[in-house]
Amino acid sequence: MYQNTLRYRNGLYGKIALVLVLLALALYLSQRADLPPNGGSWQGYLLGTASLLLIVWLSWLGIRKRRYRSTLGTVQGWTSAHIYLGLSLLVIATLHTAFQFGYNIHTLVYGLMCGVIISGIYGLYAYNRVPPAMVKNRGDKPMEAWLDELDQIDREAREVAAHCSAEVQSTLASAIQRTSLGRSFWRQLLGRDQSQVELNGRRSDRVKNIDQHAVTAYLAERVPETSKRGEAERLQRLLYLVGRRAELLRHLRRDLSYNARLRVWLLFHIPLTVALLCGLAAHVVAVFFYW
Amino acid sequence: MSLNAENSNVENDSNYYDLVIVGSGPAGLSAAARAAELEAETGRDNTYLLLESFNEPAKTIYRYQKGKHVMEEPGFLDLRSPLDFESGTREEVLAIWRAGIEALGVRTAYNSEVVKIAGERDNFDIHCANGKHYRAGRIVLAIGVQGNPRRLGVAGDESDFVQYQLDDPAEFVDKTIMVVGAGDAAIENALALSRQNRVYIVNRRSEFSRAKEGNLNGVLAAINNRNLDFDCFYESSVKSLTLPSGDATGEVLLKTAEGEVKVSCDLVIARLGAIPPRAFIEDCGIVFPSESPEAIPELSSEYESNVPGIYIVGALAGYPLIKQAMNQGYDVVEYINGRQVKPADFPLLELKLGLLPYAAGVDDILSLYQRRIPMFARMNSLAFRELVLESNIIYACADQEETETLRERASERAQQRTADIRRMRAEKARRRQQAGRAPVADKPIPQPNVTRILRGGEFIYCDGEYSNTFFTIAEGEVTLRFGDSGVDQVLGPGQFFGEMNLLSGRPRLGDAIVSDNTVLIETPRRTMLKLINSNEEVAAGINDVFVQRSLQSYFGEQTELKKFRDVSRRLTTQRFDVGDTVYCEGDTGEHLYLVRSGTLSLSRTIGGKELSVGQVHSGQVFGQLALMGDPERRETARVVVRSELLAIGHSDFLELLRIAPQAVDRLKRDTVEQLEMANRLESVPEGGETIRFLLDCGLGEATNALVIDENLCIGCDNCEKACAETHDGVNRLNRRGGQRFAHLNVPISCRHCEQPHCTKDCPTNAIRREPSGEVFIDETCIGCGNCETNCPYDVIHMSYKAPPKPGLFSWMFFGAGNGPGEEAGFEPTESEKERGKKAVKCDACVGQAGGPACVRACPTGAAARLSPSQFIEVIAE
Repeated sequence: MYQNTLRYRNGLYGKIALVLVLLALALYLSQRADLPPNGGSWQGYLLGTASLLLIVWLSWLGIRKRRYRSTLGTVQGWTSAHIYLGLSLLVIATLHTAFQFGYNIHTLVYGLMCGVIISGIYGLYAYNRVPPAMVKNRGDKPMEAWLDELDQIDREAREVAAHCSAEVQSTLASAIQRTSLGRSFWRQLLGRDQSQVELNGRRSDRVKNIDQHAVTAYLAERVPETSKRGEAERLQRLLYLVGRRAELLRHLRRDLSYNARLRVWLLFHIPLTVALLCGLAAHVVAVFFYW
Repeated sequence: MSLNAENSNVENDSNYYDLVIVGSGPAGLSAAARAAELEAETGRDNTYLLLESFNEPAKTIYRYQKGKHVMEEPGFLDLRSPLDFESGTREEVLAIWRAGIEALGVRTAYNSEVVKIAGERDNFDIHCANGKHYRAGRIVLAIGVQGNPRRLGVAGDESDFVQYQLDDPAEFVDKTIMVVGAGDAAIENALALSRQNRVYIVNRRSEFSRAKEGNLNGVLAAINNRNLDFDCFYESSVKSLTLPSGDATGEVLLKTAEGEVKVSCDLVIARLGAIPPRAFIEDCGIVFPSESPEAIPELSSEYESNVPGIYIVGALAGYPLIKQAMNQGYDVVEYINGRQVKPADFPLLELKLGLLPYAAGVDDILSLYQRRIPMFARMNSLAFRELVLESNIIYACADQEETETLRERASERAQQRTADIRRMRAEKARRRQQAGRAPVADKPIPQPNVTRILRGGEFIYCDGEYSNTFFTIAEGEVTLRFGDSGVDQVLGPGQFFGEMNLLSGRPRLGDAIVSDNTVLIETPRRTMLKLINSNEEVAAGINDVFVQRSLQSYFGEQTELKKFRDVSRRLTTQRFDVGDTVYCEGDTGEHLYLVRSGTLSLSRTIGGKELSVGQVHSGQVFGQLALMGDPERRETARVVVRSELLAIGHSDFLELLRIAPQAVDRLKRDTVEQLEMANRLESVPEGGETIRFLLDCGLGEATNALVIDENLCIGCDNCEKACAETHDGVNRLNRRGGQRFAHLNVPISCRHCEQPHCTKDCPTNAIRREPSGEVFIDETCIGCGNCETNCPYDVIHMSYKAPPKPGLFSWMFFGAGNGPGEEAGFEPTESEKERGKKAVKCDACVGQAGGPACVRACPTGAAARLSPSQFIEVIAE
């Protein structure tokens, strides 16, 4: 019922891609011994034309994906073909270059193409690995439910802290206020905890609060020194809440990071594709008009 | 004429009127207007009087929120009334009526609530709450079924500060609103308002015991949710109101268990139920045919009740729509004045019955059919007429030539009718223009319902089809053919079929083939259910045959139906609600159960955990091992979807096997299958939990539900985008909001239930089902929102139509409008606002090539549509 895209139709497109690669190799090897392999031989032209058509078709996925009424296959089928044929392109286009590289537009286009394919390979890896990790991270409830719980914990912590000393109250308030979650895309991607806390509410005592360690230590140190009735109990409750907070934040941060990992490669894949298409046009024009 | 209460011309010397009309809703107004016209024609004085309890006409509509759009349904029916009516805002509709009654000088006594009617024809005594007393020759009751909503009973409860209904919760933002009441309506209003407002709910008791389970959970969760501004006053009641004045908000003084509390709020919504008019009506001597709360009084074809001289029209006569009520108001006055008018539905019936091979007229055909069909014979003739009006009439011809001629004539008649409607619309537009009102865009003309012509030998339905209409044979024969058994069953005039699908919601079993010269009445499911609920005889008749056919279809398709009659009459139907257990593991059993309707899950307790080991649907049996040598129940049978079961004991079981010996094979086969399934599920305990989760999500009653495998899902939302793009820009599924368990996500999206909850109260039958199972809403939706309320899975919402989106390239290169798949966030056009919000839901992309867009657009294969029978496969993966 649910099938990995790589196994779509038993990897039909993988097989097609393999045949393409073998054909390309045969074509490459069929070049005459007296004329070294070159993009300009008829075999080279053929490989080049194949690469060009592949690139245009591969880019067309962006259009097909948005043609929601299209009945030309399913998007999963297209994606499966996109992956395998995209990988085969690496071989076919390389054979087209005949390993002649230099500081010119042609090599630039080749480089762009490699960039697209490599970012795509990362995407493939992310698409296969990240979703199961996200499922594991979220447990049996959606991430929104984790956020709700965080909100509830914050409310309760504020309520409990309201009955503690002014220092504890302001420390806790600042720990909550200075908790960092999300922010810029790169921060989300890296998932580093940039939280801080102002101990005793003093600006001068602002310290890092990674995984809520600083505030946890602050609260723990106060427990043995309590004098008021019920203070120890409240502090222990706060300790629990802060601990739970740290756990929730870890999950949320991880979720953000996973989401970013699913997107980050597209920041390269798509612009590089556009650049590749432009470069390719230049390459073709250059080859035909200035050769 | 002023609309003030005490009109000087109201009273004549003797206080006697030939006709007193009670209630100035659409029916009463129309009746009074017609009476006024007749009075003017005849030149007589004081022949009629209209009594209204409120100080304005059409109270129900008057009390709609400002600017509310009033619909003009049913579209196919012509309006016949001296008063004009067409869809428009509340203000427009009321203004047209006011102008109409003013022009005609309709004699009205406002603030005259009738509290007692006594006497007899030509000499009725009418007593009003204000102490006034009238006498009348005839009385027309047009008081509606809504009666009056129960009021708060404190000063100011009639002011704008207090509302008794909530039309559109989205209209209130950042207000403080107090909802009084603890029933379902109160809870639903309060929850809907709480999304954007601060809400208090006032409950007279200490708990919400009257509410449905879903609402109970909802309101408790809302009260406990600290993020929501939602609070409850238990054991509290409203003591007094301080109305808002100027900038000051209003205040409510509550009497609570801890003393009095003053709460300031912007609005009070009181949902305390309606005071049923039944007591008053029965007090007039009018009899209801049954105790059912939905029952309506029996009436003659001229709307006369069992009390000679008292006529009933409008919603109380079973016609809840404005146009129907107005037509009846007109007609009833004609009848009372001895004028034989053809009712407004006459042309519609003529279209339906016109091509039948009879020389007789519509009324004769109707009475002939009613006599001929035993089940309908004792029905009230008006109800039968209504049934035919809502049904299709099918005629199967004997030869090809006749078929073609009749089909041609049918299409001519349809064209003629369309032309008539067009002419009437033009006339209306002309009058509109004369009255100086702005022209409105015409709605599409519905396809006229003409006699449907078939050729003898054609299929009426095929095995496995998801249709659920009910067929009655008026003339000729129909052959039912079940499965591969090759056994045909021939039904004759007066018999019916299709009740299995009506009552169980399952697809058709077997084929139905029509013979030559046969006339069928095909009645929609909703009409039939309404009839079953209001007519015990019909209910019993259908139920009887249903049980026999259920037994026949399980135990022996080859066995004649009548052989099952004796057993079927001994069997009792047991009804169970969601969560009930039929039996528990370890019980000793004496019955096997045949599921009439619903779904049950079978589970075993293993290692302290309850694991699902199977499920049974309508048409299947369970618990049979108790009668096959193992009296101890090995599993717990729990109801997942409201179910009806036939319990079959030992002696009846033996009798059934005697009648249909071949049933043994099927029983054995089914038992082996159930045991194998139980064994498979037991060996994967996580699978059992997953099944439980899926059943808890309501997928037990699903036929086609979207389930996402999150191990593959990359969260690109292409499914939602595809949904919106293929459905006029309005998305019908919510992936993020879905319920999660393990790696599965059940999004908020239509499950295409076996017995769709949404179809329950659709006033225009706009929710339909394709033979292949897809439940969809057609263009006749009037946007009433009943389906949205009735859907337990929140998959229906009300939406304006989105403007068309630009093409891919004009968006990409020229920045035109919203791009493909982008969140629409559109502003509806003026004409769309005029048209109003309509219900939208997933239609499983019915009619679109390639199947559901959500599945087709998923790049990673994470989205799939499942039916319960595939759950096992999900687990096996």
